Amino acid sequence: MDFNLSEEQTMLQDSVSRFIQNSYGFEDRKKYIAADNGFSAENWNMFAELGWLGIPFAEEHGGFGGGALETMMVMEEFGKGLVIEPFLATVVLGGGFLSKGGTPVQQEQLIPSIIEGKLQLAFAFVEPQGRFNLADLTTTATASGDGYSISGHKGVVLNGPSADKLIVTTRTSGDQRDESGITVFLVDANAAGVSRRNYPTIDAMQGSEITFNDVKVSADDIIGELNNGLPLIQSVVDDGLLAICAEAVGAMEVLYKTTVDYSKQRKQFDVAIGSFQALQHRMVDMFIEHEQSKSLMLLAAMRLAEGSDEASKAISALKVQIGKAGRYVGQQAVQLHGGMGQTEELNVGHYFKRLTMISHTFGNADFHLNRFGEL
Amino acid sequence: MDLNFSAEDIAFRDEVKAFLKENWTDQDRKDMGNGLSMDHDMPVRWHRKLAAKGWAAPNWPLELGGCPWTSTQKYIFDIETANANCPRLISFGLNLVAPVLYTFGNEEQQKKYLPSILSGDTWWCQGYSEPGAGSDLAGLSTRAELSDDGTHYVVNGQKTWTSTARYADMIFCLVRTDPTAKIKQQGISFLLIDMKTPGITVKPISTLDGQQHVNDTFFDNVKVPVENRIGEENMGWTYAKLLLTHERTGIAGVARSKNRLSELKIVASAEPTGTGQAPLIEEPTFRAKISQIEIDLMALEITDLRTLAGVQKGGAPGPESSILKVRGTEIQQAIAELFLESAGYYCQPFVQDTHWGSYEGEMIGADYSTSTALQYFSTRPATVYGGSSEVQRNIISKAVLGLKFK
Ligand SMILES: Cc1cc2nc3c(=O)[nH]c(=O)nc-3n(C[C@H](O)[C@H](O)[C@H](O)COP(=O)(O)OP(=O)(O)OC[C@H]3O[C@@H](n4cnc5c(N)ncnc54)[C@H](O)[C@@H]3O)c2cc1C
Repeated sequence: MDFNLSEEQTMLQDSVSRFIQNSYGFEDRKKYIAADNGFSAENWNMFAELGWLGIPFAEEHGGFGGGALETMMVMEEFGKGLVIEPFLATVVLGGGFLSKGGTPVQQEQLIPSIIEGKLQLAFAFVEPQGRFNLADLTTTATASGDGYSISGHKGVVLNGPSADKLIVTTRTSGDQRDESGITVFLVDANAAGVSRRNYPTIDAMQGSEITFNDVKVSADDIIGELNNGLPLIQSVVDDGLLAICAEAVGAMEVLYKTTVDYSKQRKQFDVAIGSFQALQHRMVDMFIEHEQSKSLMLLAAMRLAEGSDEASKAISALKVQIGKAGRYVGQQAVQLHGGMGQTEELNVGHYFKRLTMISHTFGNADFHLNRFGEL
Repeated sequence: MDLNFSAEDIAFRDEVKAFLKENWTDQDRKDMGNGLSMDHDMPVRWHRKLAAKGWAAPNWPLELGGCPWTSTQKYIFDIETANANCPRLISFGLNLVAPVLYTFGNEEQQKKYLPSILSGDTWWCQGYSEPGAGSDLAGLSTRAELSDDGTHYVVNGQKTWTSTARYADMIFCLVRTDPTAKIKQQGISFLLIDMKTPGITVKPISTLDGQQHVNDTFFDNVKVPVENRIGEENMGWTYAKLLLTHERTGIAGVARSKNRLSELKIVASAEPTGTGQAPLIEEPTFRAKISQIEIDLMALEITDLRTLAGVQKGGAPGPESSILKVRGTEIQQAIAELFLESAGYYCQPFVQDTHWGSYEGEMIGADYSTSTALQYFSTRPATVYGGSSEVQRNIISKAVLGLKFK
């Protein structure tokens, strides 16, 4: 057993951490959000230059050859700054599909562009009726000519507005909730028949409702296996779960520390509010929740990295913990800041918003409690 | 002991229902939206209708316009109006400053201010909290100095979190008149200030729910006639304390929570479970959470009724009424959280203004879902304002349980 980072990992962590400290203050972040596409193109280019966009990709494609641990480290640091650039959508999810299921042609064509920061991706998998069930699909891809025609609606597609290409889960055979009969397609976001309704999300990201109306794709656009896409989808979503949970761990660290600092400074009744034991114990619990979350995060990342059969179970355990901890830490941070905690002008509420949204992404705590029991 | 309504109570309930049918139309309900926006027009519209019927201020003394209702009847009224999605009346005038006026104000002040509070023509706001004085309200430092000729005070300082100050005609303030007083609760006076007085500036504060209900209110050499002081100089804390107990009751919000809970059940019957196979409400984990809230609410309802019955026998609500604030707000928060959970992924889109009844644009996801996150955020301050949950627990521990802390 070894919980230490390698030298290379330490360097990566330091460089991301420095970036957050130097360039991702609360005011900086506001400017990034206000930019045209809802994040900073300049930051994105810098991520490319620093090699961060290549972290999970194989060296043969120009990547860093990293895995779950490296993604985890980056996302944890990103969580501390509430980074809004679409690393999750483009690199972790989009890139994950290509690495794990892409054809050699797809990989050669697209992965280098991701690494250079020139390609944006979005994963279109949510359907209003399906809630957290990845297999509940009414979007269909039916054979048409030598290819397929996709029709349906995908909701809450993160990074939808900026995406050049969409990764779309479809039903190619079977019934609405069958585990087989699912196929993943790569679809040009500007293809005829694709229409997007874009909006910001509660936590200052960008999302879209996307309608596919008889969108033509070819058999070469299939990622992974025809009619057997679910295992690939589940595997990429597990990577995504690790990424957002790591982000949550970073966000919680900031929240408990900020709250402790505030409680030492804020005086009421002629003493620092941090001297009230009722509040001290609350902050201790915030700290404990963060530590417990971090432990499960490391466990899940190591299980994923070694390709263990236990990985999905560890991921679900982590998501349950993040649901519980994110809620507690977020709510208490807001509460202990009193009126200030409710305001847009303080960063605390923004961490709370992000944690709240994370807990409803890729299955909430209840969903994963169930999955944990079943695995 | 008897939980059933008497024949008079049932007749009363029918009267309330009939009144609502006449006066609170489907259009009114629609305009309310989900009630997140505590805007000006809806509460005023409703206030005027109630005032015309003589029902705007059930808790006031009869001779001033109160209602001769028993505590059961007040309860019936709350339930029926909550079920009809009527807005909450803005309490600053009706329930906060009015009791101070009729208890400690002089005749002239009562004549001048009470009628327009009752009719809904004057909008009041509460100027208590300051940047340095929140939970420790007595630490306030907004200064009021009496002019040499004794005709007016000059007020300087800052109030903060002043809800609805932008709509307000009047503000009631606690100000420091004797900075040399040995105990900080002494040396505070209670002033009524016209918001149009030169030197007052209101600056809105944006909150997580996307609203700007609260404000900073600045006072720069604001002249306030001495006749606008309630009672004696430096005795303001005593008057304010009365007001704080009034603030604590009615905050349980049982009727409204019951109504929200039944809406939640409807919404959760239409949403699928995580695996998509059954309505969300049939998922054991989700159903357990709804049931738990319902049970907490059943208990709170009876606790509330017990408190009300006690008040009716005479006397103000005791310190144990802090239970109502603590539990009532926790329940409101828990319900809002389940709405959010019910929306699943669709709690994420942010669409400006969807919570206004007048919003005519397209929704994203189910009609209710888009604003669930904002509603959730809007319930978070409930455990902070009106005496935070921590402060309420301190009250119970000290005044009810007799525990001392250093
Ligand atoms: C939405 C909203 C509307 C409001 N409307 C009004 C209004 O109209 N008029 C008005 O005057 N004020 C208003 N307030 C202000 C409100 O009353 C204060 O926010 C409240 O009194 C808490 O003060 P604070 O924000 O300074 O927090 P603080 O007092 O600084 O408290 C910070 C944290 O410390 C805790 N704490 C403080 N003292 C103790 C203790 N002794 N033991 C244990 N814990 C403690 C608190 O509970 C809180 O969690 C409003 C506030 C909000 C958020």
